[in-house]
Amino acid sequence: MFKGVYSWIDERLDITPMWRDVADHEVPEHVNPAHHFSAFVYCFGGLTFFITVIQILSGMFLTMYYVPDIVNAYYSVEYLQTKVAFGQIVRGMHHWGASLVIVMMLLHTLRVFFTGSYKAPREMNWVVGMLIFFVMLGLGFTGYLLPWDNKGYFATKVSMEIADTVPYIGPYLKELLQGGTVVGAQTLTRFFAIHVFFLPGALLALLGAHFFMIRRQGISGPL
Amino acid sequence: MAHGKSKDEKVVYVGDSRVKQKVNDITPLDYSSYPGKSEAFIPNFLLKEWMVGCVALVAIFVLTISEPAPLGYPANPNNTGFVPIPDWYFLFLYQFLKYPYAAGSYVVIGTVLIPGLAFGGLLLAPFLDTGKERRFYRRPIASSLMILSLLSCVYLTKTAWDGYKHEIAELNITPEHIEREEKAREAALAGKPAGQPKPNKSIAIVDKDDPAFANMKKAGCLACHATDMKGASGPALLGIGDTMNKDQVLDVIKNGKGNMPPMVDSAKAQGLNDEDIEHIADWLAKQKAAQ
Repeated sequence: MFKGVYSWIDERLDITPMWRDVADHEVPEHVNPAHHFSAFVYCFGGLTFFITVIQILSGMFLTMYYVPDIVNAYYSVEYLQTKVAFGQIVRGMHHWGASLVIVMMLLHTLRVFFTGSYKAPREMNWVVGMLIFFVMLGLGFTGYLLPWDNKGYFATKVSMEIADTVPYIGPYLKELLQGGTVVGAQTLTRFFAIHVFFLPGALLALLGAHFFMIRRQGISGPL
Repeated sequence: MAHGKSKDEKVVYVGDSRVKQKVNDITPLDYSSYPGKSEAFIPNFLLKEWMVGCVALVAIFVLTISEPAPLGYPANPNNTGFVPIPDWYFLFLYQFLKYPYAAGSYVVIGTVLIPGLAFGGLLLAPFLDTGKERRFYRRPIASSLMILSLLSCVYLTKTAWDGYKHEIAELNITPEHIEREEKAREAALAGKPAGQPKPNKSIAIVDKDDPAFANMKKAGCLACHATDMKGASGPALLGIGDTMNKDQVLDVIKNGKGNMPPMVDSAKAQGLNDEDIEHIADWLAKQKAAQ
């Protein structure tokens, strides 16, 4: 049955070459922990992606309850945390996942760095990976404000003061991020839009490029 | 193409689409023909990866169930005593900006120069370290720079965290997310609502003609709490009776709270007596939202 459906689609759309590009490749011995246990260091990239998927899924569920305005934001998070079935777990996964994704990404970056995998011909993939790192930090930064509790509010206020000290563009940068002269209603909606639409869009595009390049070039060889 | 397929055509398409008709099935490559002990990603390796994923997922579940995500009190821009702290992965920068050579008139060093050099160097690493050697112990400059930056980030993060712990211990502050959780638990055990009361600005003043209201104006209370009691530099007093009883209100009037000074003396200077003040507390305790 399954094969019949696949053949039916394949005849019309010829998806086999695409499918083979995505999934059909061999895993070399030197990155396979089944052969060399120390190869577990090659798992961190996959785990980063796994947690990113968790972040996207849990984030999608959080937006079902979250209200991005300064009157209701805190109370919607509190409601989600205390009243909604499994809300505490969904928010907990998003909260801890945000930290774990940074940890995994750091470990992945260090693996790539210390195995010299960023060298020619993989320079572009390293640059894209670093851009992913910055996007992730941006996601962490904007997400911190969203519960609209004192912690997020005052951390954002401090960050805005830091942005303000950048020469020439600082004050403009601050006002652009804040959406006004103070951290307030506009800042929250702005951070929400950046956190939920702009940065995830950029993240998905960069991840696509990252994976395209790794499939195209293959993983770097043994040392 | 709309005229049907001709058997003589070398390339035959599916219907009038641009997808080519398959002549025969492509047989997948046999991985035993690859050198070394490589194995197929699907399904062999994916099944093992799947197990790693399951272990990671269980670990995250254990973490989320044992340590709920923190949530403090609603943001209050007038709160002057709050000790700000960023998320842990920004602590290194936060600490760095506290040092005199990266703050004040040298703040550009801390906000632009050093982070720019560090992140710029990281971003452009493949173009700075162009040698063919990949083993880290044969690339002493790149490796030692990375190890040094890592160690300094760890050091800065730890110093920032210790500093924060020390600061809140000195100010005798419990972090709000811990305080809120404890109070919510106590309230829930006592059968009271555990959530934060939502400020409701449409609450009416109860018994507006009571002399207490005029006395409050006289004593200067409404200079901060606003003449309609909706709050200005001080919090709103509308519906205050829902959260405080008479004794608690009287305590705030006598001893102050946060930025609010004790008000008894200034009230007496305006000609109020103890009875008037007690009556104000009594009247405020009657200010309930649900009437």
